[in-house]
Amino acid sequence: MLHPGIMDLAKYPFLAEAGEYLRDKGFNLEQLGHPDWTPLVEKAYGRIVVASSGQVYGSDTERLENPDMEILSFIVAVILLKAASIHTLTRRFALAEARRAERYLQRDLWSNKEKKNLELPLKIIQELFGVEVKVENDEFVIKVADYLQRAVHFHEKEWKLVNRRIQNGFVYLTAHETVRLIRTELGQYINSRIQSISLHLIPDTFKASVQDLVSLASKFSDAVVISSDYPPCVKHAIEVLEKGENLPHSGRFLLATYLLARGQTTDQIAPLFKNAPDYNERITRYQLEHIAGSSGKGTKYQCPSCDKIRSENLCFAIAECDGIINPIQFGKKRGKTNA
Amino acid sequence: MLEKDVSLVEGAIKEYYFNHFDLIGIPSKISQREFGYQKINGGMIRHVAINDIKELHLLLMRETPSDVYCSNAYYSFPSMPMSEKDWKGADLIFDIDAKDLGLSCRNDHSVSRCSECHDTVIGKQTACAKCGSTKSELVSVACKNCIAESKVETKKLIQILVSDLGIRDEEIEVYFSGNEGFHLRVVNNSYEILESQQRADLADYVMFNGAIPETFGMKKQNNSKSTLPEMGEFGWRGRVAENLFGSKSKAAKMSRQIILDGYSAFQVRLDSMRQTIGARIDPKVTMDIHRIFRLEGSINSKSGFSKFKCKNIDEFDPFTDAVLLGEEKAEVIANCPVQIKLKNKKFGPYSNERVSVPKYAAVYMICKGLASAV
Ligand code: SF4
Ligand SMILES: [Zn+2]
Ligand SMILES: [Zn+2]
Repeated sequence: MLHPGIMDLAKYPFLAEAGEYLRDKGFNLEQLGHPDWTPLVEKAYGRIVVASSGQVYGSDTERLENPDMEILSFIVAVILLKAASIHTLTRRFALAEARRAERYLQRDLWSNKEKKNLELPLKIIQELFGVEVKVENDEFVIKVADYLQRAVHFHEKEWKLVNRRIQNGFVYLTAHETVRLIRTELGQYINSRIQSISLHLIPDTFKASVQDLVSLASKFSDAVVISSDYPPCVKHAIEVLEKGENLPHSGRFLLATYLLARGQTTDQIAPLFKNAPDYNERITRYQLEHIAGSSGKGTKYQCPSCDKIRSENLCFAIAECDGIINPIQFGKKRGKTNA
Repeated sequence: MLEKDVSLVEGAIKEYYFNHFDLIGIPSKISQREFGYQKINGGMIRHVAINDIKELHLLLMRETPSDVYCSNAYYSFPSMPMSEKDWKGADLIFDIDAKDLGLSCRNDHSVSRCSECHDTVIGKQTACAKCGSTKSELVSVACKNCIAESKVETKKLIQILVSDLGIRDEEIEVYFSGNEGFHLRVVNNSYEILESQQRADLADYVMFNGAIPETFGMKKQNNSKSTLPEMGEFGWRGRVAENLFGSKSKAAKMSRQIILDGYSAFQVRLDSMRQTIGARIDPKVTMDIHRIFRLEGSINSKSGFSKFKCKNIDEFDPFTDAVLLGEEKAEVIANCPVQIKLKNKKFGPYSNERVSVPKYAAVYMICKGLASAV
C-alpha cells in the first residue's frame, strides 16, 4: 500500500487511492453534473486540450493551490475521454499526464533527500512498474536488466549502457534519469487505468465538452504502425512526428525516401506528417510527390547514406547497423549461421 | 563428402558419443529447449524436442549427427514452429571466434584448396597454379596464436561480466568452440528475460561500442572545464583512464594534454580503444534469442574436436584437451601443405601421400578437406 496524502494525490491523481479519497469525501458523478461545477468541467476539458497539443498541463508545479480541484479535474477529464472514446486522444492525454507526474516524481526525488520523503516516489516506481530503486548517496541505483528493458527505447547515445556508470550489475542514475526511464510505462499505466473504467451514463452538462473533443480529435491522425524492422534512424523520425514534435527537413527527407524505397506510396506516407507542428496537407503532398519523382522533372530521390544521416545527427546506430552504408540495407544482410 | 570419408568420420563420432556421453553438457530445463542437428552432407533438422538425457543419448547414437545444437532459449512448446513456441527466456551467450580478430597469423595457417583439382597451397591465392581455376575455398588450420588471442578476449569478457554486470563466476560456463574460439553461456535469472534489442545493447557494452566523450567527462562546449576519469574507477571509466594514462604518476599531465586536444580527438581515441579494451565478441550471436547453439560436449564437424568445457582457461590446450576421437590408425591420402600438431604429435606436411595416422588426425584432415579415406 502506498498511503499517499492529499497533496500526493494532487500530484499523482491516477493512483487508485485518488478514487477512494473522492468517495470518502462524498463526491459522486451525479453531483458533479450540477451546473455549479461547470468551471470544473472546463478545467478538465482544458487539461485534455493542452495534452493533445503535446504540452504538459499545469506548469505551476510549485503550488497545487487547490488539491481537490487537481484530483477532480483529472477524474472528470478521464470521464470525458471515456465518453468520447477516441484512442489517439486518450493516448496523448495519458502521455502528457505521465510527463506531468514525471516532473513531480523528479522533484520529490531530488529536493527531499531525507529518506522519509523519498518513500512515495520510490514506492510508486516499485509497485507500479516492478523496478526496485535503491538510493546511494545522491544517486539512484537499479539493476542492469531493469535498465536495459526500458532504455533501449531511447535513441540518444547517452542512454546506451556503455555510456552509463555501472558497477556489480547496477546502473547509477540521477533523479531525472530514473524518472525519464519509466515515462512510457507511466503513460501506459495511466492509459490502462482509463481503459479499465466503465461508464454508464454521463451528466448532461458534460455532453458539450465530449462533442468538442470529437471534433478536436479529427485533426489528428491515428497512431502509425512502426514496423520493427525499420532501422533506428527511421524509427526515431517516426516517433518524433508521432509526438507532435518538430522533425528537421533532413529527417523528413530520410523518412520519405526510405519508405518510398520500401514500396510505400505517397498516399500511405502523407498521414505520417499530419502531427507535425507546421503541417500543411497540400505542401506535404507536393513535396512527397517531388521526392518520389512522380511530379515535375521526375528524378526519383534516393535514401541518403548512413554517413550523411550521421552528419545530421539523425543516426542512432545499433549493432544491426554494422557494415551497412545505407538505411535501405538494414536487416537485409543478416544471415543466420550457427556458431 | 565422399562415401568413404563419411563412414570414417561417422564411425569416429559414434564411438565418441558411446564412450564420452558424460562429456555432453546437459542443458538445464532440457525438455523446454529446441534441439537441432545435421548429418554429413545433410541439411539442418530443427525444432526437435527432447524430454530427457536418455532421449538425447538415443538421438546421438541413432543419428550420429556431425553437429548438434541446442537453443539458448527455453519454450513452452519447443517443437512447434517459431511463432508458436512461446518463448520464455534464454541464457545469455557469447561467441569469440579467432577469424573475427583480424590476426596477422591468419594467412600463415590458411590453406586454399582448389575446387576443381583439389590442389592445396598455403595462403590465399587468386588462381590455381596447377589447373588455373579461380574457384577455391580457404580453410584455416590449427593455430596456437589464434587460440591465445581468443583467450585474451575471453578473459576480458569474463572480467566485464563479473565486475560490471554483476554476474558471478559460477554462473559463467566457458567452452572451447570446437574450432577456433570460445563460447560462453551465462546462466543468470536477471538477464534471461532480455529481448534481442536489449541484448544488442549489452553486446555493445562489452565491446565498448558507441561510447561518447561526455561519458568520460569531456565537454563539447567549454572544453577546458572537462575532467577525465581517474584510474581505479569502476567499469569503463576506470578502464579508459588506465588505457589513457598508463600510470598514476602520468595521469595529471596527460589529462591536461588530452583535454587540450579537444572533443573530436577524444572521440577518435575512444573509437580506437575498442580493439584493446573491448571484448571482441560476435554481437549477432548474443542478440539472437532464438539461436540454436552448438551443444556443449558435442563434436564440431569443422575439426572433429569437441566443444570442450574449460575449467582453467589459461592451462587449456584445445589441440590436446579437446581432441577426443579414437587413437587407432586410419589410412588416408593426405594433401596438407602445413604441419599440424595434435596431442603433441606432429603431422605433415603431406603432399598427396598415403599415410597411416591416428583416427583423430585423419578425421581432422578430412573435415578440413585436406585428406580423404582410402
Ligand atoms: S547506421 Fe544507418 S541505418 Fe543505422 S541508424 Fe544510422 S543511419 Fe540509420
Ligand atoms: Zn586446381
Ligand atoms: Zn592464427
